Amino acid sequence: MSIEKTNEFRPKIVAFCCNWCSYAGADLAGSSRLGYPADVKIIRVPCSCRVNPMFILRAFEKGADGVILCGCHPGDCHYTTGNYYARRRMTLLFSMLDYLGVENGRTRVEWVSAAEGVKFSTTMNEFVEKIHSLGKNVRLEDLRCRN
Amino acid sequence: MQRIGVFVCHCGSNIAATVDVKKVVEMAALEPGVVHAEDYQYMCSEAGQAKIDAAIKEKNLTGIVVCSCSPRMHETTFRNAAKRAGLNPYMVEIANIREHCSWIHKNMEEATKKAVILARAAIAKVSLNTPLQQGESRVTKRALVIGGGIAGIQTALDIAEAGYEVDIVEKTPSIGGRMSQLDKTFPTLDCSACILTPKMVEASAHEKINIYTYSEVEKVSGFVGDFTVDIRKKARSVNMDKCTGCGVCQEKCPSKKTPNEFNRGLNTRSAIYTPFAQAIPNVPVIDREHCTKFKTGKCGVCAKVCQAGAIEYDQQDEIVTEKYGAIVVATGFDVIKLDQYDEYAYSQSPDVITSLELERIMNAAGPTKGHLERISDHKAPKNMVFIQCVGSRCADKRGKSYCSKICCMYTAKHAMLIRDKYPDVNVTVFYIDVRTPGKNFDEFYRRAVEEYGVNYIKGQVGKVAPQPNGQLLVQGVDLIDNKQILMEADMVVLAAAIEPNKDVRKIATMLTASIDTNNFLTEAHPKLRPVESPTAGVFLSGVCQGPKDIPETVAQAGAAAVKAIGLLAKDKLLTNPCTAKSDELLCNGCSTCANVCPYGAISYIDKEVNDHGIRETRHFAQVNSALCQGCGACTVACPSGAMDLQGFSNRQIIAEVDAICR
Repeated sequence: MSIEKTNEFRPKIVAFCCNWCSYAGADLAGSSRLGYPADVKIIRVPCSCRVNPMFILRAFEKGADGVILCGCHPGDCHYTTGNYYARRRMTLLFSMLDYLGVENGRTRVEWVSAAEGVKFSTTMNEFVEKIHSLGKNVRLEDLRCRN
Repeated sequence: MQRIGVFVCHCGSNIAATVDVKKVVEMAALEPGVVHAEDYQYMCSEAGQAKIDAAIKEKNLTGIVVCSCSPRMHETTFRNAAKRAGLNPYMVEIANIREHCSWIHKNMEEATKKAVILARAAIAKVSLNTPLQQGESRVTKRALVIGGGIAGIQTALDIAEAGYEVDIVEKTPSIGGRMSQLDKTFPTLDCSACILTPKMVEASAHEKINIYTYSEVEKVSGFVGDFTVDIRKKARSVNMDKCTGCGVCQEKCPSKKTPNEFNRGLNTRSAIYTPFAQAIPNVPVIDREHCTKFKTGKCGVCAKVCQAGAIEYDQQDEIVTEKYGAIVVATGFDVIKLDQYDEYAYSQSPDVITSLELERIMNAAGPTKGHLERISDHKAPKNMVFIQCVGSRCADKRGKSYCSKICCMYTAKHAMLIRDKYPDVNVTVFYIDVRTPGKNFDEFYRRAVEEYGVNYIKGQVGKVAPQPNGQLLVQGVDLIDNKQILMEADMVVLAAAIEPNKDVRKIATMLTASIDTNNFLTEAHPKLRPVESPTAGVFLSGVCQGPKDIPETVAQAGAAAVKAIGLLAKDKLLTNPCTAKSDELLCNGCSTCANVCPYGAISYIDKEVNDHGIRETRHFAQVNSALCQGCGACTVACPSGAMDLQGFSNRQIIAEVDAICR
């Protein structure tokens, strides 16, 4: 894992997890002791469709280096169609962010079910690794917010 | 300004071993609005809750944050504690510093830092919480059971015995399920039909139970306590009230070439058929795909011979709409397809069979009338080989990663029954492990080895090759003696893995019940809520939740019934108050939100409003909080930012983002 090489750079990573699948998947990763870097901080939302693109822009504005959105697998959404909305919105947002210079690797959508603790942990490890390879995010950050 | 209390739990050493709890308390106390911060060994204990109670009262707290385990574990506990202390239960937030922190990080400094950040995010959120009130919804006192196997039957009987109406929807023409296909059951060697059929009769005769056979669930809407379900009653082409079940139509039907599903395709059946002799209801079905009358328009023999005049060729599918308070899924299992396992020659030789096929061969009502014989030449076998774990415990993508649980025991049963009835047949079993956890299971397996002389070989079979003389050459390995084995067999029986019924995915989607990667339905909590789905009002019975044998299935069926009864016994349910709310002054009535709402909870009204002193009539969205489930799709779709979700408002989530990125 990537803890040693992070002495100089500790990324800030926000993970939005839906309450029904991915948050439970993260809980399962926890109870199964499947580690991932402490840089990932999870925000619980009822459904992936609750994530407003504004939240993601806000995270980058406040200095986040990566944002990942996790929801139920297509077809398995607790609210039937929420993850489809999220998928469409994020496709649009991520391509716009890429245009603005926030590389595609800094944003990700992943489907993690309540039974996929292993997938949650590997996804987070991969994502943090990717953010390390991209380095600090310099776009969109509002420098007035930095402390 | 809020007055916030922060309570940090040690959870014994679960949290305290990797998170410096005192440091979290110290840092949390510095946050704006925090007027109280303390730690305790077990916050969820009575003493811990008493601390919360005391702090709320003494310090006059308006919101609390508990840094502890996942909110999925104890959110309700702490909400109730807050409520008892006179605080609105929705003024409570949980910072998950166990599952999302202490359990996955090893470095204390890192974990503590993260715990502080998670606590800050929760504090930032709770500062913006508003008191919410739960609404009420009514409960329809009627249950639906999907699937009429032993799990569904037992659940229905238990619910009906408690005095509630139950409907069973079964896809095939008869209830009974997999258990009706079995010959004997382990470890008692009871006759399966003898113990199942009385239950079937009891269910069909019960005044509170209504059975829809040859029917499928088509559409589910609504929510816990108030589901509306469309059931498709497929056209049976036989009038159920007129039919006497005499069976003449099946005898006289000239089209008898359809593979018999009940006998796993080992023989054929007529186009008009009942699946088995004890079928309930004892009313045949015309299989329109194979019936000459439906294919060519010429025939009509069954209608001619039917004394009761029950044959109705012009019957149409019928959709019945019913309301239910609770739904139990009992869709059961099937054996996996063996196309991927060509090395066992299942598709090449009729004498390579699955254990379920052997079950039918051993059954007196089966294709061979209970005589053990080869399907190819009807000769009695001399050597039989059983191969375990075909598709179970499979590391590659071909099979299933899980253990199918029942195969070790039913193979011991088969081996024992064969050696008992045909002592001159040699029985060899190739196994990876023999797993016998269960009451009297290991004793049963040892009897097969010691008393009945079944030859167990630890090792896998690499190939089964059909020989020109009709024999099957089995190539395997004996791991204990470390040698290759080549043996000839007359029959090979594959203990094929079991998997959830293929329709379960469709049903799970309709019910919005979660499903795992193997298509088993997920339980609300793997240990503490094993028969409930995470979707309120949906319960799980039998193998649809995971591999089980019959006693376990019956036990789980009873447990699911109790949970359903507990729900039906209530007159009113409290609803989730975290619903969407539209701001009258911001909404422009564009109807974007109504278009994305999966529950039809948003309607539009015209109302006179006072906008900064100007009174005018406006058209705006209104959320029916009884229908809204709180997904939040509308909040993002709203172009004017008028729609927000209570409990997860834009400001609250942004506050969390800010706290994390600070």
